[in-house]
Amino acid sequence: MIQKLALRHGARARAITLPLLAAVILAGDVSAMGSHPGRLARTLRMPETMLVEALIDIRNNRLGTALERVDALLAVKPDFRLAQLVKGDLLMARARPIPTLGAADAPAERLNDLRDEARARLARYTVPPPSDRVPKYLVQLQAEQRYAVVVDTAKSTLYLFENREGMPRYLADYYITVGKNGTNKLREGDKKTPVGVYHVTGQLARDKLDPFYGSGAFPISYPNEWDARLGRNGHGIWLHGTPRDTYSRPPRASDGCVVLANEDLDDLAKRVQIGVTPVVIADNIEWIPLQATQTLRATLNEHMDNWRADWESRNAERYLQHYSRAFSADNTNLAQWSAQKRYVNANKDWIRVRLSAASMFLYPGRDDLAVINFLQDYSSSNLSNKMRKRQYWIREGSTWKILYEGAG
Amino acid sequence: MTTRRTEVLAAVLTFFVGVALCPAAVLAADDYQESSRLLKEGRRAEALDRVDAFLTQHPKDARARFLKGVVLTEQGKTDDAIKVFMELTQDYPELPEPYNNLAVLYAGQGDYQKARKALETAIRPHPSYAVAHENLGDIYATLASLAYDKALQLDSGNATARKKLALIKELVPAKSAATLARVESDKSPVPTSGSRPNTIEPPAASKAPAEASPADKLTGDKQAEMTTSGADTADGVVKMLEAWARAWSNNDAEAYLAFYAPDFRTPNGEPRKEWEAARRQRLAKPKKIRVTTSSPRVKSTDNTHAVVTFRQSYSSGNLKSVGTKSLQVVRIGDRWLIEQELIDK
Repeated sequence: MIQKLALRHGARARAITLPLLAAVILAGDVSAMGSHPGRLARTLRMPETMLVEALIDIRNNRLGTALERVDALLAVKPDFRLAQLVKGDLLMARARPIPTLGAADAPAERLNDLRDEARARLARYTVPPPSDRVPKYLVQLQAEQRYAVVVDTAKSTLYLFENREGMPRYLADYYITVGKNGTNKLREGDKKTPVGVYHVTGQLARDKLDPFYGSGAFPISYPNEWDARLGRNGHGIWLHGTPRDTYSRPPRASDGCVVLANEDLDDLAKRVQIGVTPVVIADNIEWIPLQATQTLRATLNEHMDNWRADWESRNAERYLQHYSRAFSADNTNLAQWSAQKRYVNANKDWIRVRLSAASMFLYPGRDDLAVINFLQDYSSSNLSNKMRKRQYWIREGSTWKILYEGAG
Repeated sequence: MTTRRTEVLAAVLTFFVGVALCPAAVLAADDYQESSRLLKEGRRAEALDRVDAFLTQHPKDARARFLKGVVLTEQGKTDDAIKVFMELTQDYPELPEPYNNLAVLYAGQGDYQKARKALETAIRPHPSYAVAHENLGDIYATLASLAYDKALQLDSGNATARKKLALIKELVPAKSAATLARVESDKSPVPTSGSRPNTIEPPAASKAPAEASPADKLTGDKQAEMTTSGADTADGVVKMLEAWARAWSNNDAEAYLAFYAPDFRTPNGEPRKEWEAARRQRLAKPKKIRVTTSSPRVKSTDNTHAVVTFRQSYSSGNLKSVGTKSLQVVRIGDRWLIEQELIDK
């Protein structure tokens, strides 16, 4: 009895040295946690939950509980470096007052990395994704795409959505690491993560990879046609895992890849469809009501259908009015494209175009740019073919025009 | 917060009563005990009346004044409570408890500087208390640096692990040492063992998880300080191994458990407490256990980490087993402690 009470007695005396620590790392309002109107109830992984709860314990001066939690966590995940740092702080605070998270005598850069991870994980925990909103970029999914991935680089989070009749529905989210130098990749070797609309292009199995990439890797389609148009280069942007001795990496640490904990990557791997699953990377996801995506969806579908109908009409001028003056595709500009279409159409008696399996994405950071992928079934009096196509549509005034068109 | 503070005060109250400073109060103890009981039931106003009644007869009684301070604190009359504890510190400057409670009250007001001063004052009259406090601080700092190394993948050479601990050279007079030992050891936040400390142990020695054993401290008083810098790894590890097997053979659970590092990885990842409880139970069985080790080989991985591989023969009742075992050990301060047990197939 005495022992137990006395422990509290001791804990209290020590707790006095700590409020500063809590103040620095928990700049956000943690007291707002608990119930979130319009926020999803979700289950984060045990290590993340335990770590964040330890941080909140610290914030609330429950240092004994915090240490117990961190110790229990480290028993299971000894390679969770941020947890080791928090443990160090909790012990150090018993020896002397410490000014902030990470009182270790170590290079500031390393400590800042871990502080950033603490902040990112805390923010992720505190603000779950909204339950009644979706990222505005997912305008329409096609039936074959069972899942969609949207990365929020600012929130160090990868969101996984399920396709419910063309509409995204939240499934899970994971802590991620992005490029050391941030986002908007421009050049080979700039250590930045691209922002844009991509898809998974392949899968690299663990046994074929350097252990650095952990449990596997999924290359994505950077640079896409829009990147190429803007002269962005580089290659080898992957979603991949972490080395065996590292549970997670700081929020900004990769050479441009999106890095997940191995257990998270394994989760994702069960769902990714090669060549099919879209990966949208945004700097700060804009979430909008599901209904709000319908408006753009309807507009783009209408434009697509008009374009299709005008193509079938064999009236080249009507067809060409759908193309932007800035149009280009595979070394062809609008003048060359127009000349070609006028020539081809003149020799046809009839054209029939069927479009299906269309997926539509609004480009992150560009409310005037949309990427549309579809299956085109073309037949005419002298030629027929079926192909996957990709178009980039750009808003010009009150209407949308085609900026790029090519095989997708 | 308030609840917790109250419990803290209550805890100190318990010590205070235990120490029983004022035996003269025994005759008139009714009011005091009644007040104490009322307080436990949450009947604070009545508790205050009773303790005031007691104090009119015994205005100098320290534990009644202390109780009054606790009652006032629970009533939220912080200023009055501070006044009571303040006067106690003036009349009994050698008592740490009133300072502690002052610190709690100041901290509750957000005045951490004053709180810190009060706590430092609580320690100051007791040199050995202060030394133990500092030693414990050094141990925490060492453990912290081990965690930092893992966090940041640093190879710091563990300079802190070789930190010298100050050895208490003289025992304070027995009575006062007893008081101090109780207070300090109870304050120790790492409950590595459930045993109550002996009354004349130097404070904290029994509880600091990685510190020298109390016996070392008492007998080694000619030696000014302990340092591990000269220790030979292999020699130290083998000695530890033998002592560990001995503690086991002697069914001495506490001594046996003291060989495990704070970050010891339990065999099946079970919580440390659970594992300790299981070990205690196993060692406590009234059976003759005999554990011997032979042909140890020590491989050090760095200054403070090593793996020792050896033959272990174990017999207890009808059970006999011989096998190769490895212990992953870490040096903390001047001791080698077990981080992980590995049994070779």
